Amino acid sequence: MLWPSVSLLLVWMIVPLAITLYFSVRRYSLMRSGQTRFNGLENYWYLLRDPGFLHAVVNTLLILAGVLASTIIFGTLFAWLYDYEFPGKRVARLLVIAPFFVMPTVNALLWKDLMMHPIYGFLAALARAVGINPIDWFGRVPLTSIIILLSWQWLPFAFLIFLTAMQSLNREQLEAASLDGAGPWQTFWYQILPHLRRPIGAVIMIEAIFLLSVFAEIFATTGGGPGTATTNLTYLVYSLGLLQFDVGLASAGGIVAVIFANIIAVFLMRSVSRNLRAA
Amino acid sequence: MTRRKQLIPFVLGWSIALAMFFPILWMILTSVKSETQASASKIVWLFQPTLRNYITVLAQSDYLHYAENSILVSFGGTLLAMALSIPAAYALAFHRTRRAPGLLAWMMSTKMMPPVSALIPIYLLLAYLGLLDSIVALTVIYALMNLPITVWLIYSYFCEIPREILEAGRMDGMSRWQEIRYLLLQMSLPGLASTALLSIILCWNEAFWSLNLTTAKAGPLTVFIATYSSPQGLFLAKLSAASTLAIGPILVFGWLAQRQLVRGLTFGAVK
Repeated sequence: MLWPSVSLLLVWMIVPLAITLYFSVRRYSLMRSGQTRFNGLENYWYLLRDPGFLHAVVNTLLILAGVLASTIIFGTLFAWLYDYEFPGKRVARLLVIAPFFVMPTVNALLWKDLMMHPIYGFLAALARAVGINPIDWFGRVPLTSIIILLSWQWLPFAFLIFLTAMQSLNREQLEAASLDGAGPWQTFWYQILPHLRRPIGAVIMIEAIFLLSVFAEIFATTGGGPGTATTNLTYLVYSLGLLQFDVGLASAGGIVAVIFANIIAVFLMRSVSRNLRAA
Repeated sequence: MTRRKQLIPFVLGWSIALAMFFPILWMILTSVKSETQASASKIVWLFQPTLRNYITVLAQSDYLHYAENSILVSFGGTLLAMALSIPAAYALAFHRTRRAPGLLAWMMSTKMMPPVSALIPIYLLLAYLGLLDSIVALTVIYALMNLPITVWLIYSYFCEIPREILEAGRMDGMSRWQEIRYLLLQMSLPGLASTALLSIILCWNEAFWSLNLTTAKAGPLTVFIATYSSPQGLFLAKLSAASTLAIGPILVFGWLAQRQLVRGLTFGAVK
């Protein structure tokens, strides 16, 4: 009874990857009437020398680092705060996690047109009301803007996981520490953070899977621009393949994306497991 | 004393909650303004709320068509994923072989593959088969996309069921089919329901495959909303109304499925 799932997954994983690998060593552009021939590693070579490619790798890493850092820092702090009892906590918690369920294209346009728009946006109106010049977010700091809207979406996820993990915190130990005169910051730093090591590792891994492949949020806001300022690897492959119709080059990019994701995964897995051992 | 102790968490907790929710609240507020109020350079706080934008979106745009597609691919993809993963989870949980942990780990590892690495072949294959912009193709892709998560979740729910009960059923002369039908599925019904709920949420909000493989015919709501990103004329109020309609139902689903979300997306690392 296992075989339908296993074989379908195997096909879903292996076949497209094999075809991508095959295309990646061929000269194959849909613009040139589908004439294809073997050209070795030329696509890879071309890609690696392209400054746009390097830029895409850097952007991918910046998005990953920016969102991971902000969601983990604020996620742990929020979870710590929500460990205390206060009136209306259940409702407040629902409001905090709501952004996670907003679909990516709504998230993109909500921030681009309603919040960060330099003329109609809420932030612009707020800036004018206090007498500052509004910022053209997606024009001036496009990558930061993308990181902000992605953090808004993923912070609830980190928060929810940390909050769930807090339930297994040893209450007696906390109480003993506070009787010994530990302040709230000491509690957070020496008791809560170490307790959250494992969930932090889990959050890093899962967010990394999704953040390496960010697409819709870029597609619906900047379209990778201005220039290549917000083009990540996923968006680069998309634009090479489906906008410039260069199947060979896009496939080489796809293979590089797989290698890249695996390097990141191994790297993260190592540092996460080292942290776990230290705990 | 307790009241004073709760004051700081209360103020901070609610400030955070309102700040996080504010963009959504602002969107809902904008959706009941007129277009002129929505794009006024000074914030309009006091206004006569109107439902005109909702009526326009529902009556004059293709919103309902896209919403129908969203429902079809989300529920279809979920049904297919459940039909495939229940037998798989049953085999893994009750006919434990030495391969079970390895198989599960392999299934999860397929999620590490960036979807973009499959984009070109899938796109060309669907174009060749005439299945671009087709609901069937998107449904199958969504089912495969969620299969590792649904298999894992259902497996973990099945593992919580005491084996003695199934054995007792067998002693009473139940066939394997009856055993599955009347004992296993009955007892794990809440788990199965929440697995399906999580899968529906993930399908509903998926936007990589939908944006690349579908447009006007089979496009779900993610695609519909993206059409508002074109620069010709901003319709903030209508965009807000359409967006509110698009996220409303799934937000409620999400609130209901919080726990399963943690369990399903962390593959049990956090319960």
